[in-house]
Amino acid sequence: MAVKRLVPHAGLSIVSLIMMYPVFWWLGASLKSNADMSSAALFSKTLHWSNFTEGWHAVPNYSFTHFYINTFELILGVLFTSVVSCSLVAFAFARLDFPLRNIWFGVMLVTLMLPTQVTIVPQYVLFNKLHWVNTYLPFYIPHLLAGGIGGPFFIYLMVQFIRSIPKELDESAKIDGCSWWGIYWRIMLPLIKPALVTVGIYCFLWNWDDFFGQLLYVNSVDKYTINLALKLFIDSQGSVPWGQLLAMSLVSIVPAVVIFFLAQRHFVEGIAAGALKG
Amino acid sequence: MAKPAANAADRARSVPALSDKRINIRTRRWESPIAGYLFLSPWLLGFLLLTLGPICMSFYYSLTDYSLLAAPNWVGWDNYHRIFMSDDTFPKTLKITFVFVLLTVPLRLIFALLIAMMLNRNVKGISFYRTMVYFPSLIGTSIAVSILWKNIFGRNGFINDVLGFFGIAGKSWIADPHYSLYTLILMMVWQFGSSMIIFLAGLKQISRDLYEASSVDGASKIRQFFTITLPLLSPIILFNMVQTTINSFQMFTQAFVVTNGGPVHSTYVYVMYLYETAFTKYQMGYASALAWVLLVLIGLVTALLFWSSRYWVFYESQGGKR
Repeated sequence: MAVKRLVPHAGLSIVSLIMMYPVFWWLGASLKSNADMSSAALFSKTLHWSNFTEGWHAVPNYSFTHFYINTFELILGVLFTSVVSCSLVAFAFARLDFPLRNIWFGVMLVTLMLPTQVTIVPQYVLFNKLHWVNTYLPFYIPHLLAGGIGGPFFIYLMVQFIRSIPKELDESAKIDGCSWWGIYWRIMLPLIKPALVTVGIYCFLWNWDDFFGQLLYVNSVDKYTINLALKLFIDSQGSVPWGQLLAMSLVSIVPAVVIFFLAQRHFVEGIAAGALKG
Repeated sequence: MAKPAANAADRARSVPALSDKRINIRTRRWESPIAGYLFLSPWLLGFLLLTLGPICMSFYYSLTDYSLLAAPNWVGWDNYHRIFMSDDTFPKTLKITFVFVLLTVPLRLIFALLIAMMLNRNVKGISFYRTMVYFPSLIGTSIAVSILWKNIFGRNGFINDVLGFFGIAGKSWIADPHYSLYTLILMMVWQFGSSMIIFLAGLKQISRDLYEASSVDGASKIRQFFTITLPLLSPIILFNMVQTTINSFQMFTQAFVVTNGGPVHSTYVYVMYLYETAFTKYQMGYASALAWVLLVLIGLVTALLFWSSRYWVFYESQGGKR
């Protein structure tokens, strides 16, 4: 009996190990000197912590502190605009009654499937004409208009959440003379906090991962995000110090990993809800 | 067995409700038309200015010769003609993309489903295992992972360490045009986390009774998988399939960072071609035409998947009719 109970553990452990092995290798390699890189051992005998300190200053004139601040400046702005605008729109779709509502909702769902490549050239032309290239406005403004990375998905997620809240709550507030804005602000927002958190997490992670948008719209090193700094790091030197590069790329995922572990429950439920309730 | 009867009752009940609705539509007065549009306005503006407008402009640009510096110059269908008739790169990049999609999608779904089934158990520490398995997907398309991959499959990566252990001489897999695309496919397959979580949620919805009843009747685990799990999960398989297909067609970052399209264009996927046409050669018109071809292509493939689903997706709510 005891053996039988161990079987699933054995299988799951092997799978986990295979999945995580590249990550362990990553940790090990980030602490290897360039000479040790070709040794087969996962961790070399002397740990090369200087990869982190030297890598931090590897891009000339700027340290990774600068790129970190830039990335947070971009992402926090996007996060804030996205959560505000998507909750407003979700409230309209879930609770308000206006002409063409269902048609607009359908249109929004279609945009979920639209490949971004179709809009990228004209958007670039537009933002270029507005002189927004090399600012963070091409990220803030689409998110302010409930678009950008994941926008329609966030609206959809929040609509589903609001629909699960009993309508009696806002109807009684309406009878008491509360305006629609009052209902949104005083009743709905406090109630949908869990959905706001879920959306916030996704928004953070997806924008942290995004590379294409940053590659297009940010082109001075001074405004570079971590992703772009890493790309610059690969391209700039003839012989890349791989240990330093791996150390810095490891550093670049720390915020995403921290957020993930803090908010795992929200995260897993969000993905599943998006698929099943559809 | 009681399902079809219950459905019929449902349908009977819904008929009067439906006609009520029809009456409503005729005498309809909107409760909050102004507030509705005010709350909707961020999305509506965004849709008109940043989605619908650009889609139309993209189509217009695709009929022009446009380099950003001068005004677009109308050329009619020339760009499309060039794509299909005289562009040497287009068929190559299309073939690479199709190989990538055709291998990535099934492999990723199979792994996601198998591991979701392993995780669909009540054993201690299951959430720990789930976290471990999901972890690679978390860091997803970030450039950090691409850098990692470049190293793993490079000459000194651990793949060669493993092969060296078995006495096989290693090489840089990324630098070999015969293998480079497969390293990218492996990377996408490794990150099956989001599909897996959706499968896991679907598996949790399948009633345990079905499995218990069938094992009383003597059905084997394998038979249960094919007669219970797969049919009941088929709508979710379709969902994951559509999503993974659309995403795989748009793969960019990995090809751009890990292999930069090379060696010898062996990983020059469609979106990379599009990107270089638009933003290194500044042929905005031609790039827009490429984007439209991609849009139609993804549309056709998605439509094909939905059409085929009539034959293999099983909807419980239709009383078991396929």
